[in-house]
Amino acid sequence: MCGIAGLIHRGKTGDIGTEMTAMLQSLKHRGPDSTGFALYGSPKGNTLVMRFKVAEQEDMKHGFKIHDQVKERKAEVDKRLKELGATIVQAENATEYAFRYTLDFGGDKKKLANYIEDIEGAEILSLGYGLELIKDLGDAADVSGQYHLKGFKGSHALGHTRMATESDVDIRSAHPYWAYPFADVSVVHNGQLTNYWTGRRNLERRGHRFMSNCDSELIAVYLADKMQQGAELKDAMTDSIDELDGVFTYLVATADSLGMAKDVMAAKPMVLYESDDFIGLASEEVAIRSVFPHEIDTFDPYEGEVRVWKR
Amino acid sequence: MALRTQSHEMGMHTEKLSGRTQQRFFSPSEEENFTYPGAHDVDFNKRAEFDADKLSTSEINLKLRDLMRQGYGTIVMRNPGAKHAIAVGILNKLNLQIEGSLGYFGCGLIDGPNIHIKGRVGWSCAENMLAGTIVIEKNAGSTFGAAIRGGDLVCKGDVGARVGIDQKGGTIIVGGRCGAFCGFMMQRGRMVILGDAGKNLGDSMYDGTIYVGGKIAGLGVDAVPGEMNELDCQWMERKLKLYGLKAPNGIKNMTKIVAGKQLWNYDNLEPSEKKLIL
Repeated sequence: MCGIAGLIHRGKTGDIGTEMTAMLQSLKHRGPDSTGFALYGSPKGNTLVMRFKVAEQEDMKHGFKIHDQVKERKAEVDKRLKELGATIVQAENATEYAFRYTLDFGGDKKKLANYIEDIEGAEILSLGYGLELIKDLGDAADVSGQYHLKGFKGSHALGHTRMATESDVDIRSAHPYWAYPFADVSVVHNGQLTNYWTGRRNLERRGHRFMSNCDSELIAVYLADKMQQGAELKDAMTDSIDELDGVFTYLVATADSLGMAKDVMAAKPMVLYESDDFIGLASEEVAIRSVFPHEIDTFDPYEGEVRVWKR
Repeated sequence: MALRTQSHEMGMHTEKLSGRTQQRFFSPSEEENFTYPGAHDVDFNKRAEFDADKLSTSEINLKLRDLMRQGYGTIVMRNPGAKHAIAVGILNKLNLQIEGSLGYFGCGLIDGPNIHIKGRVGWSCAENMLAGTIVIEKNAGSTFGAAIRGGDLVCKGDVGARVGIDQKGGTIIVGGRCGAFCGFMMQRGRMVILGDAGKNLGDSMYDGTIYVGGKIAGLGVDAVPGEMNELDCQWMERKLKLYGLKAPNGIKNMTKIVAGKQLWNYDNLEPSEKKLIL
């Protein structure tokens, strides 16, 4: 059992950091292991935002060397960015092991991601113009506080509270997943994919990379692959209903859209609130009500249903 | 005592019990057999209201218990805020008006109250309901009325998947459409869906009846069309009128679905006896 949530302000921005924190905190009982946010702020021209980590939270508790290693790994990231022609506009420490960089970079993002992730312990959590992906161990209040997410202004967001069932409790296995190498595409998932290894092997043969052993990562990579072949987001999601096996409800966000898909068994919950200027989705209505305390009309999307909204 | 003798004569008590038995036999002369422990004698004319906005699930349910203990038979609950497991395990008569929406597992394991919900309910509303009525004005989530054994469960809006899964009695009425696998392993009772029904309707149903007013995406294994008769129509007309609902295309044009009874063994043999024959 995990909790997923999504929101989109249509035609305006809002304090999506505070809103998503409240939604995820109310879903804490569905998954206390880790919490993740995919927040879509306002893009600033061609400036890329890169969120990355060079170690797991757990690593920091083991030995003295890790603190020096983190510094060395970060220095190596800086060096490699420079080699690739990227200019670091701003570098911020979110934690000792996780960072937020804004970059001027016009080159190949996949090449950049591969080169950075070649460094031991390094993982790009997100790379995009609006997307900032933050995930760590603990509940929403912990992670939001640690990464100062309250007050984050933006148009749309995804979130996830994780109860680990078949992979580790670490940042690598936490959601959301960035749909490498596509800028600004992220995914959260509640359920279990039974054709994970088959799907993963197929996608690896096509040149995609997997950072974890979490089945949910397959959805992000699957959608990235489809879009790489020219599919529209909604078409890729519709194909996923037939091609992904198991029980799942997932949410996906791009630079300007938010989508949801539910498997043909409808075994995983999703409640939807839809108004002219706001869309809210969550595993439980109580999450939506944390943003809208007054009475609202909600409903469950049906089995095999795919929906996409523009901001 | 007559019942006890009869059951022994029928060979229903072949076990050798030692010590204190926990078997209890029903006696209409003993008043305690008509009430549950923890059930309250309430007066419908005694009315109370409370705001659930700042209360937790436990506090809300304890508040309801406390009011019933004091004899309040009509209770209005405001702002439940879609919290889970609200108004569960009420085992006595009660008029409960809920002004707002419930989360998951609302009104489960009830036996007797009449509950009116002005908002929506989440997954698994009225699970294992034994008696009483629940009327929901808006939509409902999946597994609506799972394993319901009696009473009337009515949602005037749309409902998710697996309505009445393992239904063992009672009546479920859906004013709008519903999702897949409704009536899965249904055993008794009636289900009325006035709108469209999703695929695998009535999958592996043992018995019971499903009526559908709209389109059926597909029938499940061993669910077959039945013939609408005059008794079906009269029963449904009375039920729908009771809750202010109407069949969009008329009651007579509804589709009746029953169990084909080909999938399971509908004999009276015990598993050990079957082994001897097979």
